[in-house]
Amino acid sequence: MDLNLSAEELAFRDEVRAFIAAELSPETREKLVLGREIGKHDFVEWQRKLNAKGWAVPHWPVEWGGQNWGPMQEYIFLDELQQAPAPSPLQFNCSMVGPVIATFGSEEQKKKFLPATANLDIWWCQGFSEPGAGSDLAGLKTTARREGDFYIINGQKTWTTLAQYADWIFVLARTNPQAEKKQQGISFILVDMKTPGVTVRPIQLIDGGREVNEVWFDEVKVPAENLVGQENRGWDYAKFLLTNERMGIARIGVSKQRIRRIKELAKSERYGDTQLLDQPWFREKLVSVEIELKALEITQLRVLAEARKRGKHGEADPNSSILKIKGSELQQVTTELMMDVMGPFVLPFAASMDDEDRTNEPPIGPDYAASAGPTYFNSRKISIYGGSNEIQRNIIAKAILGF
Amino acid sequence: MDFDFSDDQKLLKESVGKLMASRYGDFEKRKGYQTHTNGFDPAVWAEYAEAGILSLPFSEEQGGFGGGPVETMIVMEEMGTALAVEPYLACVVLAGAVLKYGKADDKIPEIATGEAIVALANIERSSRYDLNDVSLPAKLDGTAYVLEGEKSVVLGGGAADYFIVATRTSGNRRDVDGITLLLVDAKSPGISRRGYPTQDGQHAAEVSFGSVRVPVANVIGEVGKGLPILARAVDEAIAGLCAEAVGAMDALVKMTVEYLKTRKQFGVAIGSFQALQHRSVDMLVMLEQARSMAIYAALSVDDADEVARGNAISAAKVQIGRSAKFIGQQSVQLHGGIGVTMEYKAGHYFKRLTMIEQMFGDSDYHMRKLAASGAAIAA
Repeated sequence: MDLNLSAEELAFRDEVRAFIAAELSPETREKLVLGREIGKHDFVEWQRKLNAKGWAVPHWPVEWGGQNWGPMQEYIFLDELQQAPAPSPLQFNCSMVGPVIATFGSEEQKKKFLPATANLDIWWCQGFSEPGAGSDLAGLKTTARREGDFYIINGQKTWTTLAQYADWIFVLARTNPQAEKKQQGISFILVDMKTPGVTVRPIQLIDGGREVNEVWFDEVKVPAENLVGQENRGWDYAKFLLTNERMGIARIGVSKQRIRRIKELAKSERYGDTQLLDQPWFREKLVSVEIELKALEITQLRVLAEARKRGKHGEADPNSSILKIKGSELQQVTTELMMDVMGPFVLPFAASMDDEDRTNEPPIGPDYAASAGPTYFNSRKISIYGGSNEIQRNIIAKAILGF
Repeated sequence: MDFDFSDDQKLLKESVGKLMASRYGDFEKRKGYQTHTNGFDPAVWAEYAEAGILSLPFSEEQGGFGGGPVETMIVMEEMGTALAVEPYLACVVLAGAVLKYGKADDKIPEIATGEAIVALANIERSSRYDLNDVSLPAKLDGTAYVLEGEKSVVLGGGAADYFIVATRTSGNRRDVDGITLLLVDAKSPGISRRGYPTQDGQHAAEVSFGSVRVPVANVIGEVGKGLPILARAVDEAIAGLCAEAVGAMDALVKMTVEYLKTRKQFGVAIGSFQALQHRSVDMLVMLEQARSMAIYAALSVDDADEVARGNAISAAKVQIGRSAKFIGQQSVQLHGGIGVTMEYKAGHYFKRLTMIEQMFGDSDYHMRKLAASGAAIAA
């Protein structure tokens, strides 16, 4: 037993760290540190730098830009990005649709989409959730009707993250409404967002931001060649996609980075005649979270060690549901601590949180305070998306405890 | 990064597991052991000696097996699963560590062979969990120290052949300097003790020292410099205790899940109810978090950096305490009435886990210690 990284792993970590320090734009980093929204430009610029280095899609097949890293190396890479903090490669492209096309797509689709997807020349969004199909995703109602060489898509998707930037959307749609089980009869179809009949409407979240959208499909005509894999097998591909999403699901690096930031700010924040950081009650709250985070980090490493033994792209490990539950809770609780730091300056609402419409008005209170409330409000989504924590508990109950 | 046991460690786990199953597989046997004087059966202790686990943490030169913290973790986890009542932690892990780090090797072979039981007597009426809070005076008189006073909750103290007594040879009650550790023969004139069972079915003793003369040669370590040895030994004991707790929690979670699958109400197994399934999952999450921290404790206990070691151990103890409380309380709740009976094993796991929280510093104590140190745990 040994908790230390190997010499190679340490060297790799240092290489990643040095690359980020040298290449990440200070403006992008600053936005992340301050909890401001990062815009399309930040994502694209950073991902192209990663792609030039060969690091945008390390877990893809080697012929399409993969690096053949082990689970540990992938984890170190993501952890370093989170701790820097730097944007992660766009997950809709890199963790979701890319691996599906690389595994189940046609040669034409691979050539057309994969290099552009890795370089973020195409921005993808995910057309899965619907108003009536959230945790019960297989209950989706969007239809794709075959007419000659085309599918005609009708329906509504929702919670579509950053659809406002997207060039393409990957959609789960029902191609066989008569199928015996609702999981059957679903297909995985790629749709150009510019196709007539596609409408995007932003949904404003409680933090004031507009990161998610409704996407409407009204008689949208899509070439049949945009079907991925076989018709009616889309559910299998969606499940494959979701297991790919598990790496780094606990986002421990994000919480670590935030705790470091909280400590830094709590030193400059006065509390009576001392620093806030010198208050025993504050320290105990902080330590309490740090302990759980340390435990989760080791739990994460244990899950990775198992993954390494199973080999790459093994079965989905139900233990990653433990990581999701605890990881989301800890991310959320760090946002609460950040509000503790800001005190009354959490209150002022700055309408300028959106990158696009920031004004030149001076901030109210310290300039880092404006994001504390919104970040907390926004973070409530973390235990809801990607399979709510209650769904994760169902998975563990069934797959680990055998209920 | 490696969480696997070596082949030798796997063998150790297997053999200790077998031994414990044979001695504790039937819960009635445990009740039998508890009827012995001092709360355990010397025959089982002798079997531990034969199996080599009493010599586990000592080096080969000391007459031991040369095991490290991971080996101790393996044995302690099995002890926890079995809900063992012998003073293994008290004698082999805790007192053994004091002898080991105090370079007082003479008594180690007696522990290793099972001939002698050694118990650490450090707690006093006012000391709570502070190891530096030592009043009991040892006054030099010629070639002997004379001890006067009382020690409380001496784990394994009823059966002890020797006590390691934390005494004050200089300075004031809470000074870190001036604490001297003395090895005291339990048969020395002036010692009286009152052994008693603890809440969890183990044993401890109140020990009083009335003008007890101890030869100066019996000083462990250096005069007045006992605290670092004590602290190091207690850290090892906490790491062992964390592993024991994980063994107990693991068994208790399994037992509870099994119960939910078999207990029927309203015509169905109550485990079919989502509220109870989710509670079980929360128990599992707490168990895995505790397991991670028990591993962390074991792998940190040899850390040369004292502060880092202490922080790691404190962090582990807090997590263990939280997990143990949650799992203990919830498992009793999910069992219903049977969970609060003396007859059934689940309640005994709960009691042991509850006492573990009260040993060597509870969660609040270690939380404050960490908060005061201000060190980063998660970075």
